[in-house]
Amino acid sequence: MKINKEKIIAGLFFVNGMIVVISLAGIFILLLTNSLPAFKDIKLTEFLFTAEWNPTSYVKEKYGILSMVMSTFMVTLGALLIAIPLGIGTAAYLSDVASHRVRETAKPIVEILAGIPSVVIGFLGIVMVGPLIARAAGLSNGLNAINGSILLAVMALPTIVSLTEDALGSVPKSYTEASLALGGNPWQTLIRVKIPAASSGILAACMLGMGRAIGETMTVLMATGNAPAFPHKFTDSVRTLTASIAIELGEVPYFTTHYHALFAIGLVLFIITFIINLIADIVLHRYEQKVRM
Amino acid sequence: MQKKNVTQILGFFFLRFCMFFVAFILIVIFYDIFTKGIGKISWEFLTQAPRKGMTEGGIFPAIVGTFWVTLITAVFAVPLGMGCAIYLNEYAGDSKLTRLIRMSIRNLSGVPSIVYGLFGVALFVEMMHLGTGILSAGMTLGLMTLPWTITASEEALKSVPKSYREGALALGATKWESIWTNVLPYAIPGMLTGTILGLARAAGETAPILFTGAAFFLPILPRSIKDQFMALPYHLYIMSTQHHAIEKVRPIAYGTALVLIVLVFMMNFSAILIRYKLRKQQRE
Repeated sequence: MKINKEKIIAGLFFVNGMIVVISLAGIFILLLTNSLPAFKDIKLTEFLFTAEWNPTSYVKEKYGILSMVMSTFMVTLGALLIAIPLGIGTAAYLSDVASHRVRETAKPIVEILAGIPSVVIGFLGIVMVGPLIARAAGLSNGLNAINGSILLAVMALPTIVSLTEDALGSVPKSYTEASLALGGNPWQTLIRVKIPAASSGILAACMLGMGRAIGETMTVLMATGNAPAFPHKFTDSVRTLTASIAIELGEVPYFTTHYHALFAIGLVLFIITFIINLIADIVLHRYEQKVRM
Repeated sequence: MQKKNVTQILGFFFLRFCMFFVAFILIVIFYDIFTKGIGKISWEFLTQAPRKGMTEGGIFPAIVGTFWVTLITAVFAVPLGMGCAIYLNEYAGDSKLTRLIRMSIRNLSGVPSIVYGLFGVALFVEMMHLGTGILSAGMTLGLMTLPWTITASEEALKSVPKSYREGALALGATKWESIWTNVLPYAIPGMLTGTILGLARAAGETAPILFTGAAFFLPILPRSIKDQFMALPYHLYIMSTQHHAIEKVRPIAYGTALVLIVLVFMMNFSAILIRYKLRKQQRE
């Protein structure tokens, strides 16, 4: 009797554990089944490779996501250009320069930054970063790709800092000691020994930061102006994949081509972030094996 | 030798600059929100509904809405998250299936929040006919919170020494009895802390609730969990982008941002406090 009870409990926990697998598969399947009806009316090549998105046109509806893909790519690139050097620098400071006491007080800064809701960051993009950009660049308003990049950098920073710090921290002590014993100073040890040794961990950190930037919705929705045109420069207003869903899903009638097309955008986002996470996972896994050897 | 030292000084200066800059960002964010939001905070602002086309009055319905939706998130995410963590740490061996579960958790935490919103619309609102409301939005947020809850709970379980389990097993306890009596009591503080941290993030999320239940303005408070609701993050979004007199309601937006930030950090702080208190109790 007792054994049976144990088996039932173990079984329940197993089912519970499988829920995450089912959820992930469920997200994919529901996105897919809700996207497919859109392609009765839209050609897949039109959807992926044309730039004009005008689902409510009276003449001919256009469903091309290329400008949104370009917008997402631009703000993500801009964000990474800011967040990667800043993030790695901060992580290196925390792991190699700061004293124990400074580290204990400085670490919560990164954690608190991670805790700020994205809608608050987006709000500051409107009221603070926007006017600054407008004044500096002489534009009528500062709601553009630069603004989005800056905000996304803030959103991606905590991820990059904490994972890079983990990676630097897991470099075996013997590496550092060997370098110092051979006469390298701490800076050389950091640059030539620790960072190369932790490179796959740092790469994974940057990829996960990139995943966050691509998937962020509220900040870009609020601070990039959302012009649906194809962007050419960083001072252009952009409209990302995430923002397009957020803007249009609220107004679209259910089960129309437009509705299904928005799910198709969601599917594209899901696939992009899934691949990025998977690569980061593989890179990190290899790295862990290498350290263990 | 001299030259190398100069590079080191410059290099470390750069690293220090990075850290200061990150700290600077945080200070600027807090300074701006606090100085411009604090003037709006009053008893009326916290306890009254918006009036006159949301140009006056308070944010009480948004506070209530955020409370209810976070509660539903907790009801959904906490047991499932803890259960999954117990399975992974106590029952699962290192099999292909376990690795699949772990990979799924990492991928779930990387799914964009707006995609969770789409999923919520497709599953809860449409397929399960729950409509848009607190329940649909809470379950959507719950699913999004799940990976964080699991990771934090597993961390807490891992920190319980193996000898605790072995002690119980050696005395003839079954596996579940050893978990129940010797593992969970010590892991609960950590699990609770991690869970509340996850819920704090959920409380501040906007994208998943955009289409699953959050409302622009409601004259009455929600009366059942299937009703639509106002929420603090959504209210801030509305007040800063969608309102017809954006400049005029800017102080309300600042006040809302301040209340939201304070709420999120109060949750964080209470989580840390719970951990501290319970740990102290255990030691005694």
